[in-house]
Amino acid sequence: MLDIKIPIGLMFFIFGVVLTIYGFISRNDTELYQKSFSHNVNLWMGGLMLVFGGVMLLLVRRRKS
Amino acid sequence: MEVQLHLIDYIIMVIYFVFVLGIGWFLRKYMKDAKQFLEAGRSLPAWVTGLAFISTNLGALEVMGMTGSGAKYGMLTTHFYWIGAIPAMVFLAIFMMRFYYGSKARSVPEFLKLRFDEKTRALNAILFAVMTIMASGISMYALALLMEKVLGWNFNISLWLSAAIVLAYTYLGGLSSAIYNEVLQFFIILIGLLPIVILALMEVGGWSGLKEGLAPIAAQKGFAPDTLTTTWKYTGDANANPMGVKWYGIFAGLGFVLSFGYWCTNFLIVQRAMAAESTTAARKTPLIGAIPKMFIPFLIIVPGIIALVLINNPASGFSIMENGKPNYDLTIIMLLKHYLPAGVLGVGITALLASFMSGMAGNVSAFNTVWTYDIYQSYIRPATNDAAADARHYLRVGRLATIFGVLVSIAAAYLAGLFGNIMDFLQTIFSMINAPLFAVIFLGMFWKRTTAHGAFAGLLGGFLVALAHHGLTAPEGATTLVKGGWLGLIHTYPVEMAQNFWTAIYACAAATLITVSITMVTRREKTDEELKGLVYSLTPKISEENVPWIKRTNTLALFVLIIFFILSILFW
Repeated sequence: MLDIKIPIGLMFFIFGVVLTIYGFISRNDTELYQKSFSHNVNLWMGGLMLVFGGVMLLLVRRRKS
Repeated sequence: MEVQLHLIDYIIMVIYFVFVLGIGWFLRKYMKDAKQFLEAGRSLPAWVTGLAFISTNLGALEVMGMTGSGAKYGMLTTHFYWIGAIPAMVFLAIFMMRFYYGSKARSVPEFLKLRFDEKTRALNAILFAVMTIMASGISMYALALLMEKVLGWNFNISLWLSAAIVLAYTYLGGLSSAIYNEVLQFFIILIGLLPIVILALMEVGGWSGLKEGLAPIAAQKGFAPDTLTTTWKYTGDANANPMGVKWYGIFAGLGFVLSFGYWCTNFLIVQRAMAAESTTAARKTPLIGAIPKMFIPFLIIVPGIIALVLINNPASGFSIMENGKPNYDLTIIMLLKHYLPAGVLGVGITALLASFMSGMAGNVSAFNTVWTYDIYQSYIRPATNDAAADARHYLRVGRLATIFGVLVSIAAAYLAGLFGNIMDFLQTIFSMINAPLFAVIFLGMFWKRTTAHGAFAGLLGGFLVALAHHGLTAPEGATTLVKGGWLGLIHTYPVEMAQNFWTAIYACAAATLITVSITMVTRREKTDEELKGLVYSLTPKISEENVPWIKRTNTLALFVLIIFFILSILFW
């Protein structure tokens, strides 16, 4: 059966890529980040999701080998 | 109050839906028979069923409601997550799960059939099927309405589109697909709501800043300054806390009757554990679920409490007012809007949509199982001698039931729009089946003498007593008969929650009393041999002696209880 870690890992990895890129592009947009007291939340959360998704995918690979 | 979404937010949403549907598509090839489709082949690891176990309960209405309750009652709301869940989950794991799983029953109604008789099963199966679909319809209605109000989406399109997505993935992948998506939803809620907790705590100056901010608000309501950040401290007097309940009401009503009725006997929940790969995995399911369960309040209740500080500070620009009145259900969405810039906002909104859809998928996947096994196979077309043909036949029936369930949910959603009060009323009534059901199953599992007639009478009698109690009492200030008092008024409760607690307590007590007395005057029909695996005293004990202590179910249960005590004392 499908290992659930694969879709979870993939989805969050893709989310992470999208948000990190968006966060990077919008890094100088002070108006956008006014809500979050000038913290670039997209960059933080994007990074967190990349790590989380990556760990999930690594676990899948380790299982297989 | 409208939330403005950007292209990036829609991109996130679309990616999520691609994965949701993709999981269903990927699993479709494994759905060869009814067991795969309706029971996930009993093959899932404990951590998957464990996360699905609590995720099923984490529907969108729950998330919105609990954040709203946080804004209304403060930390007292955590009782729903600690005393109102953890003891019941541990009890289910240690004492009850092995009978559900080991009996090979495929549903809770079927367990009633094995332990008692056909009529007890029929009563429960029918009530459960109706309740599940109605609950699904009502939450669909509430959500479509919200999407219209907050996101500006068309009501009909949101309703049909979300129903179509849920139908697609449950039709393709059955229970496995529903469970997998619940796990996915669990993580997206976690990650989607995390930034608002962090940002909100930053704004009010951390936990100590929050306490300071809440003190004048509590004082203004006539409570001690730390009422909103404590859980048990002010429950000695019902007038000293915003919930209006005394500690024993919380302990007995929420901590015992309501939570044991919900977590230990609601098939929607128990079904997740029954899909586990082994008895051990099934027993560990509620325990693994209990660990994140205890920490969810920090994600959904704490932001609600912070919202209360923001509401009372006009300079914050935060408001949940709608037509001049606070609408607490809007709290979580307004927090998302207040703190999150485009991008992470999409993740937050997607998390809410995800919890909405997986809640509906949960209802539909429990409904199709009960319909196929407990109604169709029992009364319409019994199994034949050809097991392989049957498996395919019931798979087809299960799939048709999925379509039927979704369509009836949609109909129920429209009915909820037209006759909101009546639907709320019916939902209240049907939710009264849980408390008596717990009493009956508990007696059945732990008292071998319990007879089928006793169980049936207890189930029915407990339900009628619950109805009567609801009909004779009402919360203070109730303006419609939907809230109670439709038989005449003999008692008024200070708040609706107190009425709910006591309805459940009376129902459970009546069911116990009736089951015991009828059992005393009727004869047992099942022999000890037939009850093996269904009754505690007639089933060999589980020995964990040859399992290293760190991997034992009991060790895990102890660990859960220790965290539970620490949290309770920390936030006393």
